[in-house]
Amino acid sequence: MKRMFMLTLLALMVTVAGCSGGGTSSDDGGKTSTSTEGQSQTDSNTTDSKETVTITYAGWGASGYKDAYPMIIKAFEEKHPNIKVKIEDTPNKQYWQKLETAANGDNLPDVFWMNGPRFMQYAANEMLMPLGDLIKQDNYDMNNYPKSLVDLYTYDGQSYGIPKDFDTIGVWYNKALFDEKKVEYPNVSWDWSKLIDAAQKLTDPAKGQWGIAANFDSQGGYYNTIYQAGGYMISDDKKSSGYDKPEAIEGIQFWTDLIHKYKASPTMAQMTDTEAINMFTSGKVAMLWEGSWNAVDFANNEYLKDKIGVAALPKGKEQSVVIHGLGHVMSKNTKHPKEAWEFLKFLGSKEVADIHTKTGVAIPAFNGTQDAWVKSQPNLDLQIFIDQLAYSKPYPVSKYTAKWSGLESDILKKAWSGELSPEEAGKQMAAKMNEALAAE
Amino acid sequence: MQIEADVRARQMMKRKISPMKTQEWLWGYIFVAPLILGIAVFYMWPVIQTFYFSFTEWGAFNKYSWSGLKNYERLLQDKVLWSAFRNTLVFVVWSVPLTVIFSIIAAALLNQKVKGLTIYRTLYFLPVVTMPAAVSIVWKWLYNGDYGFINYILSFVNIKGPTWLSDPKFALYAVIVVAVWMAIGNNMIILLSGLQGISSSYYEAAELDGAGPFYKFFNITLPLLTPTIFFVMVMQLISAFQMFDLIFMMIGDKSIAIESAQTVVFIFYKYAFLDNAKGYASTIAIVLLVVILIITAIQMRLQKKWVHYE
Repeated sequence: MKRMFMLTLLALMVTVAGCSGGGTSSDDGGKTSTSTEGQSQTDSNTTDSKETVTITYAGWGASGYKDAYPMIIKAFEEKHPNIKVKIEDTPNKQYWQKLETAANGDNLPDVFWMNGPRFMQYAANEMLMPLGDLIKQDNYDMNNYPKSLVDLYTYDGQSYGIPKDFDTIGVWYNKALFDEKKVEYPNVSWDWSKLIDAAQKLTDPAKGQWGIAANFDSQGGYYNTIYQAGGYMISDDKKSSGYDKPEAIEGIQFWTDLIHKYKASPTMAQMTDTEAINMFTSGKVAMLWEGSWNAVDFANNEYLKDKIGVAALPKGKEQSVVIHGLGHVMSKNTKHPKEAWEFLKFLGSKEVADIHTKTGVAIPAFNGTQDAWVKSQPNLDLQIFIDQLAYSKPYPVSKYTAKWSGLESDILKKAWSGELSPEEAGKQMAAKMNEALAAE
Repeated sequence: MQIEADVRARQMMKRKISPMKTQEWLWGYIFVAPLILGIAVFYMWPVIQTFYFSFTEWGAFNKYSWSGLKNYERLLQDKVLWSAFRNTLVFVVWSVPLTVIFSIIAAALLNQKVKGLTIYRTLYFLPVVTMPAAVSIVWKWLYNGDYGFINYILSFVNIKGPTWLSDPKFALYAVIVVAVWMAIGNNMIILLSGLQGISSSYYEAAELDGAGPFYKFFNITLPLLTPTIFFVMVMQLISAFQMFDLIFMMIGDKSIAIESAQTVVFIFYKYAFLDNAKGYASTIAIVLLVVILIITAIQMRLQKKWVHYE
């Protein structure tokens, strides 16, 4: 009998070992709580009752939001004692996979983070709750947010999301390198030719220094210059690509000329080996176009902290900068639409915007609350990021953005490496992008 | 009585399996069942599923629909995939022979009674137990165009080294070097055990006839090692066709050199996870499976020609 028992136990252990050693982890990564849906199902079906309702709130804030999340929840639950909020935080890399799986299983969180590139896919496939009627009903003021952000979360004339935060791009520069070559610091009055001029003066091949890193980056780089040249990436009706138009090609050529014509930037091969941002933080390039989200990192960087400055982007044919921001959206099939809407409104409020600036996590979208963020780094002129709102243009998105944004990496990088001319690259990109858009 | 005993004896002979034997087999199955269950669920079922998915097309939110042979037709026209096959072949043709040859040399050298033998064996085996991610980071630094160690050494002989991993001419070969370096340790251990299975009486007999070390190596060691070499070659070929992690981590999708280095499994990854074309990616996986099966079958056939079994 004892022998039988031992043998059976052994067989069980082998089973467990065999099953776990055999496959890769099949769950969808990240910390999840899958029991919330069941919980809210057993709770009230009639949302009028005063029973406690639990709604789920999903995002990818992670460590940055460890202080902000509890503050937001506490403030909300104090105002609405019958609503409890449960956070589901997943690292960004797994967030979208997990969300898709949840969408398939009709199991989306009640309120969750959304970004520009993915927004249309969810809105068009009826995964999101349209907010138009709710906004009208409660007189919710959408004028509190920059129009370009509100538009980013509008589909087919309907509003689906409330803007959460935003970021724009600036020229980060190394004051020490500028002082060495006696070049005037960048400022908002600069235009393209002034920047090219300064970049050339700042380039010193003997020391292995360059004036600027012509980084192959969409949001940080060519989206801005395409807009500044008067061009666009995708038409307003989302049906055609703007890449083959002369303005877009000009926007691309601004960067490729810096590499090949003016020799004021490292080559594409060099920037592939060593990332442009690392070159900047180790003093190899004097200027770098990068996002507002780098403020904390750059200001705390050992090498940069006493040398770093930031300025508004120079003017091309016109002043422009690409803006992107996250939004809060609601699931269409949420079991607690009333409670979710209450939370959604709260998330868009000035109170939550202040929590954002207090914890320094992002520039809140609510007009007028950005001062605290600007003051968070007194040595940096962060105000330029806010000022640029006035002429900001939206991040390009379509229903299935990923289908053509991947092509940007494949095709446009050849213009940077010199394999293709900017015209050729633009034409090829537009051709493939139009194919993808036609299939949407 | 005697007659009854005879009848019973004849009955027992007629029955082919005795009850004791059945019980043994039963226990055998019970012990093996858990592992077989694990393999069936996590390995065999996904293969069947992949085969099924190769006939489907995928849309947003993982909704898929039957599309018949469309994916296979697309595969025949796909220039990107053919160039990936070419890259993979280059990788296989270079890395497998180099790995096998260096592993044999390493195993032979480490089969002697040398001082510090254990340390040498450990050092040679270390790359195998190092995570590919860590290996990639260190080698990426070594290969860095401006600040890397390799180009630094080259600068002493006045050669300006290229940006190895970003140059389409060199990227794949740079990765081959790292792949061979990583694989030597593993195969060396296997070959070592093969070497130690060779009876020393052969060597003694040869020495009596006045054989030198090279003669001994080529005429005794190698022929008797061929079964192990065969095993190592088959395993290396299979894993070389599946190369993905080094390409992904050292070169990556956004590099300007990727088109000269992307392998079949890298393309699979691209289609499955970046383009969300999981049906087409499954087709690629099935085709790769068939190619590897054919090549392994050819190897099995050829073994009669060169493998000496004792």
